[in-house]
Amino acid sequence: MAAALFLILAATSVGAVLGMILSRNQAYSALWLVLAFAALGGLFGLLDAPFIAAVQIIIYAGAIMVLFIFVIMMIPLSTALPPERRKATLFLSIILAVVLAAEMAVSLWAMLRGRETAGPGGLGSTKALGRLLFGDFIYPFEITSLLIMAALVGAIVLAKKRDKA
Amino acid sequence: MIPLSWFLALSAALFVLGVAAFFVKRDLITMFLAVEVMLNAANLAFLTFAKKQGLLAGQVIVFFIITVAAAEAAVGLAIILLVFRQRKSIKTDEVDLMKG
Amino acid sequence: MTELYWLIPLIPGLSFFILLVFGPKLPKAWVSLQACLAVLASLVLSLVSFLGLLNTPPAGLPLVKTLFQWISVGRFSAALSFHFDPLTAVMTLVVTGVGFLIHVYSVGYMARDRGYSRYFALLNLFTFAMLLLVMASNMVLLFVGWEGVGLCSYLLIGFWYEKPAAAAAGQKAFIVNRIGDAGFLLGILFLFLFVGGTEFRAIDQAALQGGLSQGAATLICLLLFIGACGKSAQIPLYIWLPDAMEGPTPVSALIHAATMVTAGVYMVSRLNLLYSLSPAALQVVALVGAVTAVYAATMALVQNDIKRILAYSTISQIGFMFIGCGVGAYAAGMFHLTTHAFFKSLLFLAAGSVLHALSGEQDIRKMGGLRKHLPLTYATFLIGALAIAGVPFLSGFFSKDAILSRAYAGGHPVLWAAGLLAAVMTAFYMFRLVLLAFHGQERLEPEAKKHLHESPPVMTIPLVILAVFSIGAGYLGLPVVLGKNLDRFFRFLEPVIRPGQEGPLSSGLEWSLILASVAAAAAGIAAALVFYGRQPRIPGRLVHRFPGLYKLLLNKYYMDEIYGAVIVNPLLRGSEAVYDHFDLKVIDGAVNGAGRLAGWVGRFLNSLQSGRLKDYALGLLAGLIIILGALLL
Repeated sequence: MAAALFLILAATSVGAVLGMILSRNQAYSALWLVLAFAALGGLFGLLDAPFIAAVQIIIYAGAIMVLFIFVIMMIPLSTALPPERRKATLFLSIILAVVLAAEMAVSLWAMLRGRETAGPGGLGSTKALGRLLFGDFIYPFEITSLLIMAALVGAIVLAKKRDKA
Repeated sequence: MIPLSWFLALSAALFVLGVAAFFVKRDLITMFLAVEVMLNAANLAFLTFAKKQGLLAGQVIVFFIITVAAAEAAVGLAIILLVFRQRKSIKTDEVDLMKG
Repeated sequence: MTELYWLIPLIPGLSFFILLVFGPKLPKAWVSLQACLAVLASLVLSLVSFLGLLNTPPAGLPLVKTLFQWISVGRFSAALSFHFDPLTAVMTLVVTGVGFLIHVYSVGYMARDRGYSRYFALLNLFTFAMLLLVMASNMVLLFVGWEGVGLCSYLLIGFWYEKPAAAAAGQKAFIVNRIGDAGFLLGILFLFLFVGGTEFRAIDQAALQGGLSQGAATLICLLLFIGACGKSAQIPLYIWLPDAMEGPTPVSALIHAATMVTAGVYMVSRLNLLYSLSPAALQVVALVGAVTAVYAATMALVQNDIKRILAYSTISQIGFMFIGCGVGAYAAGMFHLTTHAFFKSLLFLAAGSVLHALSGEQDIRKMGGLRKHLPLTYATFLIGALAIAGVPFLSGFFSKDAILSRAYAGGHPVLWAAGLLAAVMTAFYMFRLVLLAFHGQERLEPEAKKHLHESPPVMTIPLVILAVFSIGAGYLGLPVVLGKNLDRFFRFLEPVIRPGQEGPLSSGLEWSLILASVAAAAAGIAAALVFYGRQPRIPGRLVHRFPGLYKLLLNKYYMDEIYGAVIVNPLLRGSEAVYDHFDLKVIDGAVNGAGRLAGWVGRFLNSLQSGRLKDYALGLLAGLIIILGALLL
């Protein structure tokens, strides 16, 4: 049963990403991506990371993508842009992407033999996660909050409309 | 019950798709979206390994990744807005002031 | 005071340096005074050292003073050290004595030349180099002096460098010298290889104690002799000396008559122990000397330029000196070197006086009857001519006879005959010169007649002094038949030069040889008197009957043309070909190619920095792939 769930979620995510790529409209691309993130959230759950799954949905699919959509709305784009046309870049990127895929396949080859499974059997509860976060990882935690504040300030300053002088 | 390697394969596939998307698309926003895809693929890989090794720290890392991604998205989008205001276009081919 | 002999070369050297730096700014009087006094000081020191030498027992010789260790590399070392012994004493006296007189003469001769201070600076430099050469105690330092005089020769031949002929002559002299020097240098190297060092003491030791095989000695001697041929203008490297007459006449007198060209003879005499080890080398030396003596004399017979006649005469006389060395009579060779220095420089300086009077006319066909206008010049020139012709009671007679009699006594009748033939020709062409230039009808051009006057005392006094020596120097080395112990010159040189191996001559034989020499001189002079005095038509008729022979002689056997075609031109063509195909295409191609490569690489790298995001991302991706690949492997 878990396998079926996995397959559905996996297919959804891949499909959604493909949809994002193939879509000509940027807003549609963003929406496709929301779907993809949702599916990924589910996959996170399958990996015994319920907290992370929740965070994914709330933050990623919820906040970040909304931000994207806001900006997309703010930038008018009259015509849809055709995909990359410069031959050299296109050619090169396809080749490199293929090589990358091959490398990843190779690296996975060994693991693909293995029979480790993801099953139920907890990794650890949210409580344990919280303990880690506020315990061993307290420094990164606090610094991250600083980071968010910096980003906040930065974004506001950058995007502020200039006063006509 | 689900072999972990499948998760990794999925992660790899998503990453490659993100890379492809990055190079295929020509406007900044969509390229940024592709970057987010790549980040998520990495998150998936982290969680897989966390599960494999029984280390909760992997999930902590993912937490931070998501946080940082959010911050980065905010600032990045602000910059894209600025670029658009300057050049009235977000076609990456035309944003080549750093040429030479 | 004898201890100060090492200053002898250094004083003119210092004078050169001062004149080099300050010359143009100093007044002419100062330049003349300083240059002449420097050489005079060396002369005085030489005299003092010579006198000191007379009081030194032979065991104390040679005196050596090492200034400092110059080269010391592995087993090879050469010191800057001077030595003083009878042979060196003879040379320093000749160089400084004749040199001083020529310096004084030059004050008058070059009085109106623009390059006055440069001239005296170079003369001093030459004196320094020549003294270095004769006072060096090892072959390496000698070679430094050897090269130095070659350089000064080049600079002084081409003194009037704006004249293309002079510049070309200087270049020719230097290059031909260089060819000889290549052999010389190889000789030095082999000397080091076989003897282990180049100090003369070491060489003499090795030669005496049998540390040197005959083959090695022959090789070294022949190689060194090649250098001597170049420096002393023997066959085949003599071609530069006639052209060297482009230089100022005092230069011709000093360098190309009295001193530099005799350096080869000095070198052979200095290494006499080494040369005596190799009969083969000695034969070559004597043979080259004899052939050159005759060969050059034939060319002098028909030359019309006064200086060129004297030049060929010099080549011929040096051939004589080498005959002397070649038969083992090194002291006789040195004796002739000494007397020749006196009368040859006298002849050149007197010729210079003639040129001075005739405003530069050098063609003897355009002279004549000059003895009325230039009495003192004529008198001294005549003395010089008598001396070189080997007229008895003058110095040349004694020195030539010394060589010829020793040649005959040593069992070399052919060499003796060749020498005698050359002596006849010498007498002939010298008196041809005297008669055509000073006697007979005046055939002067109006240009030449304008300033016809006897030279000033500063020029004529050296002539007189040299004339005195041309007569008197001979009495230093009288033949034994005239009385024992009269051969002072030879006995003075004994510590350095072993007496020859030839047996003593019977006095009857010696007298007949003397008579033969006198007859040779008389024959030559008589023939000249007939040809150019009584029957002036004979030369013309001879030319008419043997036009080919005349042309051959007049054109110096076409040797310059032959050398040009066989050696010079192929080298030039070859160089040009190499230049076109290698220099331009390969070397320039490589250098330019490197430049172009840099350009291409630069442009390529430039294209990578397009400013476009995607291109940079591609780079990142490529790097990522490479790293992943490296990790996978």
